[in-house]
Amino acid sequence: MPSKLVEKTFRMENLPHIWCPGCGHGILMRDVAQAIENCNLDPEKVVIVSGIGCSSRAAGYMNFNTLHTAHGRAIAFATGIKMANPELTVIVITGDGDCTAIGGNHLIHACRRNIDITVVVFNNNIYGMTGGQYSPTTPTGEKGTTAPYGNIDNVFDITGLAQAAGATYTARGTAYHATQTIKLIENGIKNKGFSLIEGVSVCPTYYGRKNKKGSVVKMMNWQKDNAIDVKKAANMDEKELKGKLIIGEFYNNPSTTGEYTERYDEIIKKLGGDK
Amino acid sequence: MAIKKLMINPAWCKGCGICAEFCPKNVLEIQREKIRIVDIESCIGCGLCELRCPDYAIWLEEKEEKEEK
Repeated sequence: MPSKLVEKTFRMENLPHIWCPGCGHGILMRDVAQAIENCNLDPEKVVIVSGIGCSSRAAGYMNFNTLHTAHGRAIAFATGIKMANPELTVIVITGDGDCTAIGGNHLIHACRRNIDITVVVFNNNIYGMTGGQYSPTTPTGEKGTTAPYGNIDNVFDITGLAQAAGATYTARGTAYHATQTIKLIENGIKNKGFSLIEGVSVCPTYYGRKNKKGSVVKMMNWQKDNAIDVKKAANMDEKELKGKLIIGEFYNNPSTTGEYTERYDEIIKKLGGDK
Repeated sequence: MAIKKLMINPAWCKGCGICAEFCPKNVLEIQREKIRIVDIESCIGCGLCELRCPDYAIWLEEKEEKEEK
């Protein structure tokens, strides 16, 4: 007897989920479900694809057509689904490691093609499922199981990477800013082309514990205090923005070259295959 | 006065405390690792707890109209 949204969009027999107490993924998964509801999409025409990792458990809980695929390959599978049946709304739920490390190449090429897929990255800054190894988004200097003295790598800016590679919609939300994040995902789904929304999650169990961030409430308060809207950030200098988290819609520009499956359809028509 | 009915499913609550922390009217409290409603009279039905509960253990339900016309 949970809320109407949960009853409608989740597989009740699989809940409660296995994520840790306070894990931000639960909030972000609800945001995705709410965004799909707000778009009034037919659940039969929605496909959720995920890879491997904490985030990718989401495909098992959501009551749509779902596919839980190989590590890092969610976008590759999603591309196949979209090409086979462009009518479907394809949404990829993936994590920071799954999307930008193991599946980094799939990500940049899907961006380049501007295929109509919406990717939601649940970014918890660490590999949670496998025990807290540092990921491409673990901030420099922070600790992980595999970086006990601090991570020396530079960080991937996921939205910047996607935009540079050719995505036509990029945005960042957080677990704390649920209302805004729902709207961003909604806009991403509506965009005809490749959309990437980074949802900044909280991982109190690994990232928080390894880096002494305190309880999940404290981590959520950090998001509340340090997130700055992109419009406000435009008037601030580098010094003021140091250590802050910029959220909002970064890029929304439907491509002039068109969407990938549409271009492919043109080729099919040209060769007389559209019968 | 509650505008909508605040519902809790204790079986799903993992006691993270996010809802209690960000409730603007301090309606909620964590007691023995589960969420409890301590001051329902103050609830304004904003739904922030529902939006931020990672476990879908708290939500607002439209109140059934019992009043006669």
